[in-house]
Amino acid sequence: MTAPLLQISGICKSFGSVDVLFGVDLSVEAGEVVGLVGDNGAGKSTLMKAITGLYTADSGNILFDGKPILHLDPGARRALGIEMIYQDLALARQQDVASNIFLGREPVKRLFGLVNLIDKPTMDRQAGAMIERLGAHLPSISRPVGSFSGGQQQTVAIARALTFNPKLVIMDEPTAALAVREVQSVLDLIRRLKSEGIAIILISHRLNDVLSVTDRIVVLRHGRAAADLVTSRTSMNEVVAEIVGGNDMADAAEHEKRG
Amino acid sequence: MTKPGKSKTMAAPLQAAAPTRGMSLWSRLQRSAVERLHVRLESLIVLAGLCLIMSFLSPFFLSINNFLNILLATSTIGVLAIAATFVIGSGGLDLSLGSVMGLAGVVGAYAAVNFGLPAPLAVIACLGAGAAAGHVNGQLVTRAFVPAFIVTLGMLGLARGLALVISDGRVIYGLPSTLLYIGQGRPFGIPMPVIIFILTALIMHCILAYTRFGRHTLAIGDNENAARTAGIKVERHRRILYTLSGGLAGLAGLLFMARINSGDPTAGLNYELTAITAAIIGGTNLFGGRGSILGTMVGALIMGVLQNGLNLLAVQSYYQQMAIGAVLILAVFIDQYQIRRESRV
Repeated sequence: MTAPLLQISGICKSFGSVDVLFGVDLSVEAGEVVGLVGDNGAGKSTLMKAITGLYTADSGNILFDGKPILHLDPGARRALGIEMIYQDLALARQQDVASNIFLGREPVKRLFGLVNLIDKPTMDRQAGAMIERLGAHLPSISRPVGSFSGGQQQTVAIARALTFNPKLVIMDEPTAALAVREVQSVLDLIRRLKSEGIAIILISHRLNDVLSVTDRIVVLRHGRAAADLVTSRTSMNEVVAEIVGGNDMADAAEHEKRG
Repeated sequence: MTKPGKSKTMAAPLQAAAPTRGMSLWSRLQRSAVERLHVRLESLIVLAGLCLIMSFLSPFFLSINNFLNILLATSTIGVLAIAATFVIGSGGLDLSLGSVMGLAGVVGAYAAVNFGLPAPLAVIACLGAGAAAGHVNGQLVTRAFVPAFIVTLGMLGLARGLALVISDGRVIYGLPSTLLYIGQGRPFGIPMPVIIFILTALIMHCILAYTRFGRHTLAIGDNENAARTAGIKVERHRRILYTLSGGLAGLAGLLFMARINSGDPTAGLNYELTAITAAIIGGTNLFGGRGSILGTMVGALIMGVLQNGLNLLAVQSYYQQMAIGAVLILAVFIDQYQIRRESRV
């Protein structure tokens, strides 16, 4: 068996005296969809930011494509093919669609062999093509993204994550703020990406979504990977029990099912 | 029944025709001014209106000579306003612009007069002093985490004080003639400061609008976190911006020093107020994320025409100060009003 695409071992991270992660292990294969669940404060977002390089881990190791990446900055990790769609979308709201999609990676044209000027026509063309590929409709590609609706803004964030042929896409609560129809299209998108061989880590509180779309579910509890479950062989009850940390949590599971 | 049907068929081809469908002529003009010229339509209209009023009120206003006078008077403020646009566009603030300009002028004059340095070295001393002060600002903002407002307010006092210490509170006279050419030369009848100012503005406009550095500057001001996740080195970028801002203040100091033929430690007093006002009138978002140098140039010209007109009308300069302050508040008010009206809640 080949080495996994992403291999996290023993990641620790604390903020001051607060330990958030202690010794998290996690691996993701190419083309695999892994759900990451856990209670509020379990360390999900911190772990993901340690992967993208926004936080530096205190100790531990992260291998991507077999190479250690902990010493790399966020830009370098992105260049390797790690993308993340943030819960708050992390969009520059006064900039237009193409500027957001290409932020930090703008194509340039060399002028007089002296200065690099941004190639805006190319940016606009590729941004438009990407939005179209996602089957989305935006009022105008040259408008500030802050003037778009929540779903449209998320389309831009997704387009940004997919434009540069990522190998791993991390989605932090992509369905939390969406209408039912939009949720379905996000889940469809995840399946489509999987079929293209892109690995996905899905963070979500909506366990129904996680159960329907993932291959594996990793449960974080108190800064550790408490369980690593194969989706086809687990159940809502088991996942909920692992999240809250008890074995007799049928009530909570029932509640989750109804919700 | 017939009426809505009829209007619908008429509306249909219109809708298909342009992406700007359903927009009024005004907002379409607004948008194309912003997208093509990077200038706010309102500020262009205010500038034109101001020129119209002034030309009615004063027979001296409409002449090439007076126009060059306005540009000459605007050149110092204009260079400072360019600096203000970059820093404010990145979500920062530089209140030390006027003081650093004064310090740079004194350092340049001192180097030329007391050390007898040749003109090119005096120029470098001028720009270097400004850039150094700006770099200190940048270091303190990004490494010591002191808010930009406080850092640059402190530098406002520090730089002015240092200028007075170096010059012993006196104006430094006797600049070499090669240095004076920068301020008083008139190739093709155009004052040198105007030429330098316009060239600087064009270059800085291209940097802000068409380079990665410029786009990242606005992205940082728009959403610092988004910029960081995109791999932009935010702190390093901010340090460069404050250094650039100081360097431009140094250039303004050089232009002013060479024009008045002396190093005046009180040069540039309160100029930051006018410079920031020009940037805001020109469409720079006070909280970062939006700004263009061409817009700022229109803003600087509005301030220049206003001052020139009030001078021609022999209005006391005390009132000019009041006018500048009032214009600043008015510009931010209009901007915030529009943002509130347009934004989704």
